[in-house]
Amino acid sequence: MTPAKKQTTFERVFAHGDLLYRILLVASAVALIALIAGVGIMLWQASGAARASAGAGFITGERWNPSGGVFGALPFIAGTLLTSLIAVLIAVPFGLAIAIFLAELCPPALRRPIGTMIELLAAVPSVVYGLWGIFVFIPNFVKPIGNFLMNTFGAALPVFGGPFFGPSIFAAGVILAVMIIPTITSISRDVFLAIPSAQREASFGLGATQSETILRVLVPYGLSGILGAVILGLGRALGETMAVTMTIGNVSQMPSSILNAGYTMSSVIANEWGEASSPVYSSALLEIGLLLFVVSLLLNLFARALVWSVSRRNPEQRS
Amino acid sequence: MKISQTSIRRRKTMNAVLLGSTLVATALATIPLIWIIVEVISRGLPALTPEFFTQSYMPLTRGGGGVLHAILGSFVLIGIASAISIPIALFAAIYAAQHPNTTLGLVIRFSTDVMSGLPSIVVGLFVYTLFVSGNGYSALAGGVALAIMMLPIVLRTTEEMLKLVPRAMREGSLGLGAPEWKTMFSVMLPAALSGILTGILLAVARVSGEAAPLLLTAQGSNFLSTSLGEPIAALPLVMFKYAIDPSPARNSQAWAIALVILAIVFALNLGARLLARNRH
Repeated sequence: MTPAKKQTTFERVFAHGDLLYRILLVASAVALIALIAGVGIMLWQASGAARASAGAGFITGERWNPSGGVFGALPFIAGTLLTSLIAVLIAVPFGLAIAIFLAELCPPALRRPIGTMIELLAAVPSVVYGLWGIFVFIPNFVKPIGNFLMNTFGAALPVFGGPFFGPSIFAAGVILAVMIIPTITSISRDVFLAIPSAQREASFGLGATQSETILRVLVPYGLSGILGAVILGLGRALGETMAVTMTIGNVSQMPSSILNAGYTMSSVIANEWGEASSPVYSSALLEIGLLLFVVSLLLNLFARALVWSVSRRNPEQRS
Repeated sequence: MKISQTSIRRRKTMNAVLLGSTLVATALATIPLIWIIVEVISRGLPALTPEFFTQSYMPLTRGGGGVLHAILGSFVLIGIASAISIPIALFAAIYAAQHPNTTLGLVIRFSTDVMSGLPSIVVGLFVYTLFVSGNGYSALAGGVALAIMMLPIVLRTTEEMLKLVPRAMREGSLGLGAPEWKTMFSVMLPAALSGILTGILLAVARVSGEAAPLLLTAQGSNFLSTSLGEPIAALPLVMFKYAIDPSPARNSQAWAIALVILAIVFALNLGARLLARNRH
């Protein structure tokens, strides 16, 4: 037997090339983490000028007058909250109903084609929704409904007051609803599919109808997962940019009615970025981005925790 | 015990109403999709002239030109984004799939979730502060922004697909004396290939319609350019500009671009689905 050839240090360290391979793996993982941390750090640093000049008034201020150096982002925060609220109010009943249909009622042969159609709604790019909103949806759908709301309820309820021209918080909210229905549908469908069949069978065995089973057994069972789906949908609505920019009217005033034109946090960044002439101005837009980052981060973590709590409870899944 | 007949009838009616309403909701939700497809085709087709594809930007006084510059720009941007995001996503996914319960593995999954929830405009702002504020708008910055949007999609599908490869294949290869990297590249990745391709197709589909992050990074341009250091045009950017243009000629070009983008995005999505289905 010949004695094993003595390895040099180089050969030992790079044996088989595995060390290099492991370094690459760990480096990519670290790059990913650095990226997330980097977003927060860079936005914090870049928004320093705005934080110094506006302070806490940035969040509570109702006036946005960049040429005068006044930066109050409340109108945009309000616009983001209102559009997202409208979107969630419309999308939750639809998304849940579709999820129930796909998971519980739909014949298996139709499940895939219908599911694909709903998911293609999520594949339509935001700018295409915006274009459709400007030229088709607002004139043919939003205007008649908005005028009806304004003329019928406008005098009594300030939320439906004028002026109303078409592009409005209402229009953006409805388009956002269409955009987040697929998110809510596909996650809550998976939640329903993850509920063990024994739950359904026990309920049917006690004589419950199918709708009673769904409402009193399945929905309570999957509630945290469904809530997670809704929050992920909300997160998407908060950050959506192009479709909103094109349909909300872009007016930096505090909205008093959902039929008014407005601005959201993301749409003010997209729309005013090119005009941001002074360093404080662009720094203020960056601070809005920082707020958006923090809010979407928190919402996402909360939603993921909820969805995980359901899927961890039931590892086995129907399909 | 006597069961009240009216109560049973009421419950049955309630059941029919509720189940029926889920069907109605599903039917209603498909209306926007069909409506968008019909409008995009009927308004976009007339503007799809040969010049639309063969000419670059021209002022309206000289015929308006086409969108060749934007088609080229979109290719360049997506190329850069793929070149950056696919290797990083693959390596990080391999790590997460092989070490699912280590700290770094959990942190990768967590970061992926966070990244997929980042608003696209925030990605644009981040890349702006990183590259653009010093060096000016460029195709490279736009590509980096799109790469950040592609990363979580490619990463998550790759991780899922690698987990589906049977352990025995990995152990067999290692047992034959192959190093880990060779096991990964000649055994595991080929076995998971179609699934990984699905993820890449979906990621490309996602970014090919993305305009918001490009506004702050690639900025857009009227010139035919492939230079990485200069601002560059992209289909979604030109579409946005033409959609809010007062001229009807520009508006109909915007519809034509929408038709092109929608065709690409749907083809990629359906292709990804077919690929995923063939695996089973």
